[in-house]
Amino acid sequence: MIILSNFSNIHQWLLGLIQNAVATRVVELTIIALAYLAAFALIGLLLVLAERRIAAFFQLRLGPNRVGPWGLFQTVADALKLVSKELTGTVKADKFLYGLAPYFVIITALVSMSIIPFSKEVQVFDINIGIFFFISVSSLGVIGIFLAGWSSNNKYSLIGGMRTGIQMVSYELSVGMVVVTMVILSGTLQLSQIVALQQHTWFIFQGHVSAIIAFMVMMIASTAETNRTPFDLVEAESELGAGFHTEYSGMNFAYFFLSEFMNMFLSASIIVVLFFGGWLSPFGITAGIPFMGLFWFILKVSVVIFIFMWFRWTFPRLRIDQILTLEWKYLLPINMVNIVLMAALVWLGLTF
Amino acid sequence: MGEFLTDNIKTQEYFLNMGPQHPATHGVLRLLLQLNGEIVENIDMDLGYVHRSIEKMCEHDTYQQIIHLTDRLDYLSSHMNNEAVALAVEKGLGIEVPDRVKVIRTMMSELTRFASHALWYGVNAMDIGAITPFMYGFRERELINDIMEETCGARLTMNYNKVGGVRYDLHPNFQKKVKDFIKHARKKLPDYDAVLSNNIIFKKRMKNVGFIDKDNAVLYGLSGPTARGSGVSCDVRKVHPYSAYDRVQFNEITFTEGDSYARYRVRIREMWESLSILEQLVDNIPEGDYKVKTKAVLKLPEGSYYQKVESARGEFGVHILSRGDKLPYRVKFRSPNFANLSALNKMAKGVKIADVVAILSSIDIVVPDIDR
Repeated sequence: MIILSNFSNIHQWLLGLIQNAVATRVVELTIIALAYLAAFALIGLLLVLAERRIAAFFQLRLGPNRVGPWGLFQTVADALKLVSKELTGTVKADKFLYGLAPYFVIITALVSMSIIPFSKEVQVFDINIGIFFFISVSSLGVIGIFLAGWSSNNKYSLIGGMRTGIQMVSYELSVGMVVVTMVILSGTLQLSQIVALQQHTWFIFQGHVSAIIAFMVMMIASTAETNRTPFDLVEAESELGAGFHTEYSGMNFAYFFLSEFMNMFLSASIIVVLFFGGWLSPFGITAGIPFMGLFWFILKVSVVIFIFMWFRWTFPRLRIDQILTLEWKYLLPINMVNIVLMAALVWLGLTF
Repeated sequence: MGEFLTDNIKTQEYFLNMGPQHPATHGVLRLLLQLNGEIVENIDMDLGYVHRSIEKMCEHDTYQQIIHLTDRLDYLSSHMNNEAVALAVEKGLGIEVPDRVKVIRTMMSELTRFASHALWYGVNAMDIGAITPFMYGFRERELINDIMEETCGARLTMNYNKVGGVRYDLHPNFQKKVKDFIKHARKKLPDYDAVLSNNIIFKKRMKNVGFIDKDNAVLYGLSGPTARGSGVSCDVRKVHPYSAYDRVQFNEITFTEGDSYARYRVRIREMWESLSILEQLVDNIPEGDYKVKTKAVLKLPEGSYYQKVESARGEFGVHILSRGDKLPYRVKFRSPNFANLSALNKMAKGVKIADVVAILSSIDIVVPDIDR
């Protein structure tokens, strides 16, 4: 299941070193896990920095630019500060759930990262139900936020948690239905195959009308899924202080913070895989060069993430009833029609 | 199943303390929200967290000293507050100030009003959840602060007025800087509309939220943009002109919708009007003295004196009761924010939590002015 074709020489070298097939596997898995953890932290830190710089760009400011070249170490310094901070909590909090909640959020983000095809060579877990796995795992994250809101013994947190429950459950429907729409087009759930099928034309062009509608819905629903403005009323700093993580400090807070950015990265990755050919280069210009897929994947994801950030720094926040109206009265019916439309397109062979 | 739920699951109203430390209350105001889920049933307002007994302190200060205390009421319209006290005392003493002073006071008032509205624009956007407009508002405000700094020596609490005139003459750069500012602001104000006013989400959040009709607006004693959003014509500058307002052309902005969006639009339009007033005056500042000489000890003749001005938030009134002493017997400030806030419960009955924040910021309160 683990694709490491380009790393086979490393595998051989390790096997020669350890002389035991099982032990080699274990060592390999450990190395991969550590690499992913490092990548996870690195992506998180870079995204936080990117967000702050892009926000500054929108807001006539400079943003962090003092620590290290171009402020690159600013978020590292911030992370170190968070690590060294005391973990405080409320007196009457449900201690067990209160401590557990951040791990739900961070672990689901980490697990769903395993199926992301960064390139042809770099994908840990290429199962045949990949996209389904992603949706099911990432929907567990809401439990963490809900627990955090419930167990903090703070009414602001509770309202934040209640809003999360409503919002994320609603918008998961949209994400799921968009995925179904695109799966009708691709005919497979396996992410590596979904990418491979876009060798000649990206899905957004293959499915034209239907795919573009799906893409728009996916952008809106992903923003809502990741709790970002205009759907950030889970946190809603001007209403609820900090929402569900009001009572969290130090590393526990950092987990929530980091997972928000990771979820954004994951959503962007799924959008890129479903619509923009994943790690494939446009017109196959770098098809023969190994690891160029990684470059194209990161580039495409960055563009999508930039759009997410653009949303965040431009739009005001919606109200809770408006969010539900948008989902249940507009996105969901549009999605249902769109599935039929996509099925018709595929059935009649009108796709490119 | 339905019966089971209604029989066994109890719903209950609960209370949420919004404030005293809360980002949306713009200071230390405590709102006790009685909630049914997300729906606000009732709001109890708890004031007095920044009460400094300024009115009482005024009884121990001479008339010259009182002016400095009024900076600390509504710190965003400090110039207008100063002016109100100065005008009241001048009225009592029968001092006629030179034309130059009148024009300077008017221009400073309008600059302050613009700065206050620009800050409000940013803060209002932030309360609704958009953070970028905040910086837009502050960009213009900084320029005004620079102008103030040059002439008055301070950026926020200017202390520029005194009985019988202003403290210093205008800085030589003043006219040029104001002209530059007008040019800059005319170019940048359309951005305000582009980024926020015409945004569909913003409209949805503000329209039909926090409605108060004209009769109730009068009944609650609302004033300023809050009342003019409901169609009440109450601009003190028009109704009872003071300083140089009788010699400039400007429109009183009123909207009849009575919702948060109407109040928003009143303030945006008022910024344009402020620019137009500044433009009319900047080239017509009369020559002359910037103050008249007054006695060192001022004794107001026995009687009561009232002067109201239009501050950035509404009608700011000063009522001085004198027993012919060098200290006032009693001073009462009529603060616009106190009256405006009183209508919050009326506006916000049955809305969502998020709407309370929107309404509160559309009233544009400054808490130190409420508590005094």
